[in-house]
Amino acid sequence: MDENKNEKLERYSTLRVVLRRMKRNKGGIAGLIVVLIYFVIAVIGLWIVPYHPDEPDFESALMPPNPKHPFGTDLFGRDVLSRVIAGARTSFTISIFAVALAVFIGLVIGTIAGYVGGWVDEVLMRFLDIFMAFPEILLAIAIVAILGPGKINIVIAIAVFSFPSFARITRASVISVKSNDYVEAAKAIGESDMSIMLRYILPNALSPVVVQATLRMGTAILTISSLGFLGLGVKAPEAEWGTELAMARSYLESAPWLSIFPGIAIVLVVLGFNFLGDALNDALNPRLKDR
Amino acid sequence: MRSFIIKRLLLLIPIFFGVSVLCFLILYFIPGVPAKIIAGEGATKEDIENIRVVFGLDKPLYVQYLRFLRGIFTGELRSIKSGESILKEIAPRYVGTIQLAFSSIIISSTLGILLGVLAAVYKNSWIDNLAMAFALIGASTPVFWLGLLLILVFAVYLKVLPSGGREGFKSIILPALTLGLPSSAIVARLTRASMLDALSQDYIRTALAYGIPKRKVIFKYALKNALIPVVTVIGLQFGFLLSGAVLTESVFGWPGVGRYIVDAVFSRDYVVIEVGILITAMTFVLVNTSVDLLYAVLDPRLRKG
Repeated sequence: MDENKNEKLERYSTLRVVLRRMKRNKGGIAGLIVVLIYFVIAVIGLWIVPYHPDEPDFESALMPPNPKHPFGTDLFGRDVLSRVIAGARTSFTISIFAVALAVFIGLVIGTIAGYVGGWVDEVLMRFLDIFMAFPEILLAIAIVAILGPGKINIVIAIAVFSFPSFARITRASVISVKSNDYVEAAKAIGESDMSIMLRYILPNALSPVVVQATLRMGTAILTISSLGFLGLGVKAPEAEWGTELAMARSYLESAPWLSIFPGIAIVLVVLGFNFLGDALNDALNPRLKDR
Repeated sequence: MRSFIIKRLLLLIPIFFGVSVLCFLILYFIPGVPAKIIAGEGATKEDIENIRVVFGLDKPLYVQYLRFLRGIFTGELRSIKSGESILKEIAPRYVGTIQLAFSSIIISSTLGILLGVLAAVYKNSWIDNLAMAFALIGASTPVFWLGLLLILVFAVYLKVLPSGGREGFKSIILPALTLGLPSSAIVARLTRASMLDALSQDYIRTALAYGIPKRKVIFKYALKNALIPVVTVIGLQFGFLLSGAVLTESVFGWPGVGRYIVDAVFSRDYVVIEVGILITAMTFVLVNTSVDLLYAVLDPRLRKG
């Protein structure tokens, strides 16, 4: 009972230390706010859109920004603002699942490689080398080419090229945690390997993984839009920023607004994740702080 | 040193093997069975069986893999769509992609190093802030969107540069900028960090104390040492550039390997996808290995490791 309480107290104070360090970082706060705003928009977006994002209205096709349509309308007369808002949901859903899947695979492989070591480690690391030999977008294209476009397949594509970085980071972190006295102590009192990995090593090896996951959210959003731009993204008529920009390519002269707003939406949220990731890195790993 | 080089080169063998097997396998399991795709719609069962025999798809997996490998080098592998030898089709496009990548590297390294050095020398000034803001935005901008914006400004409004195609020097400027600018952002960030590190060393203080002009100290002493990690990152950017090239080529209609692969995805030309991705991945691996070796040559501390 008492031990339990202590543990809670300890966690609480670690969180507080991290929050206090985060507060001092203006970029980190700005990033956090941007990410939170996008997240809220992604969740409640479909209730706040001024127009239905998917329904065509050919009478108001290709209208430049005006009071009724602040971001203008597209080829089918759909409101660009509504499509940009709806796109947030698409990007967030896919990237959250993709990063979660990548973290899970990476944690499993990284923990086993780091904890077991020896030839198991060697084999797993060479296996990762093969995946890292592919430029990321190419691997994603190959996977979407096999599985076909669609949300779930994009999640898989992003997870496949992201998990090696998580596995490597986890492995390095596990190796450094492994040599701590409390791990030796757990071994001495006869804890099983599984329990040592899950209860003693993983929780203490997580902070670099959290940082990487934040940064990877940005990469995932960039990849989703890149696939969309290449025509390998989500299926029409679902709104997705990259797909919107692919359509805009043909109307650069007559309707330049189509190519502006979805792009700004991407840059802002990716910037947010990058700022947040950098700030988390400084807060969680103070020793590695920027020289 | 020699053992390091040999070890690094030997490592290429398992990687090449793994990459080629993976390329071969992932597309072997393509849904819709390749023979059916080749035969097209409305093909009879016999047609499909014939194609399986002609293309060797009825052979055991390892025989197909070996045929695939041999086919790449002999140029026997043909595109399903055009019937041409893939080697023949891919060669000029490979040149196109490499041209694009090199032009971008020139842009990204000159601009990146320049901004990074300025930011470090004038640390915490407006120059530093501006350079780092540029670096952050550059690293968060999708390559293809930057391409669209550049077309909008230089081709649509100013009408000074072409928006696509491949005719003469002018047509490579926008694609190279599109690919080079985001990568220069990364180079700038690293140059700044590396330069700050170098400037805080004792030998710099000593040199300044001797009365050597500041400009000379910065460029001759600090920059020379600061550039070692930067060279590595520029090399590693090559992979980023190969990825970005796929998108840039699509924006500008630049005839390169990336666009060749994307087109093949739409026509389900699975042999072209396999070979295209394999060649790009191998280029990436070879460049990374050369960068590692170059790094060892530049930084003597690493040679023993």
